[in-house]
Amino acid sequence: MSATIEDITGRYLRLTLDGTEHRIYFEEAGSGIPLLCLHTAGADNRQYRHLMQDPAVTERFRVIAFDMPWHGKSSAPEGWRDRPYELTADAYRDLVVGFADALDLVDPVVMGCSIGGRIVLKLALERPDRFRALIGLQSGPHVAPYYEREYLHRPDVHAGDLIPALMSGLIGPDAPTANRDETLWHYAQGGPGVFKGDLHFYKDESLSDDDLAAIDTTACPLYFLTGEYDYSCMPEDTIYLAAQIKGTEAIIMRGLGHFPMSEDHELFMSYLAPVLATIEAEGL
Amino acid sequence: MPDLNFQEWADTANADAGLVHRGRYVNAVVLLDLGDEHHLISIRDGRIESIVPKPRVMPLWTFAIRAPREEWGAFWQARPVPGSHDIMALLRRQVMVVEGDLHPLMANLRYFKDVLEIPRGKANAA
Repeated sequence: MSATIEDITGRYLRLTLDGTEHRIYFEEAGSGIPLLCLHTAGADNRQYRHLMQDPAVTERFRVIAFDMPWHGKSSAPEGWRDRPYELTADAYRDLVVGFADALDLVDPVVMGCSIGGRIVLKLALERPDRFRALIGLQSGPHVAPYYEREYLHRPDVHAGDLIPALMSGLIGPDAPTANRDETLWHYAQGGPGVFKGDLHFYKDESLSDDDLAAIDTTACPLYFLTGEYDYSCMPEDTIYLAAQIKGTEAIIMRGLGHFPMSEDHELFMSYLAPVLATIEAEGL
Repeated sequence: MPDLNFQEWADTANADAGLVHRGRYVNAVVLLDLGDEHHLISIRDGRIESIVPKPRVMPLWTFAIRAPREEWGAFWQARPVPGSHDIMALLRRQVMVVEGDLHPLMANLRYFKDVLEIPRGKANAA
């Protein structure tokens, strides 16, 4: 028999946001510079489990990832059965900043993917003082709708089948099968209407070109990494961002898709490690 | 453009027990629009019954999938380039259109993706 206990700790944070107390599940591993990781729409913090088990990261960074309310092991608020869930940009910003404050994270790095890659833009614009650096994975300013979102939450379509089928092509073709299947399983487990509610923020709350131009990367460095097989945030979307935001560069990750951290950790690290080394070297 | 072998396409789908099981509630006629060629794929209980040229008079289908010939050719490459690798990517790039009663497509999306990818690497791309 072979058995291993992973060196990842999970706890719950009681955090009141906008008058509602949330019970938020988070995991962490390692020590050093806080690296707060944000999962994609309709998924949860398990996407970062590979990063949390890589000594090359955890020896220098305290890797932390929470499940957003309504996601993973975090609770949905009382009354969830009677109202639709809809993520807004302001609520998402307040969640990230509120979580960092609650844990007393000093000069953390925030790395977000997809909707997380979108919110780092808002953090860069509005709260550059709070963070050491920001990393956007699969970051784009907006996504034009390319399918009817009503299918994501209706009684005659099984969202646990539909959403993994929508996501499957967003994964690079050479990703290990176990990682592909696990990434899609996270989507299969999402609560009713939660992925759709996250997409409200992703598809309906864009940043304007003026917003992007106002981001000051001398106040807080901003890095972009985007997988080439992503058709949600396409490489050209990130290239557009980098053209709008002075002091940024779009790094296109060959072979990877929309979920670099859970698709293929080793390949992802070949792109992320130099960014982490730069952040570490630059200090504050 | 791929030279499609429709009989082989149907036989391959029907021989895949997992695929047929996933599609066991699928009863639909799909109009496959290749740009200058149109075919009707008839599916009953997850099995492809026939793939035939669209009749000239009174054709009837559940939903249509339309893309130009060269896009299908890129999609059916053995190893498609990013952006040609998934029907959702074609929709995102607005080079593919789906229309009609889309409920069977969305309720059985993996089934239809798998069926449409069967000619991949087998079609002779011009």
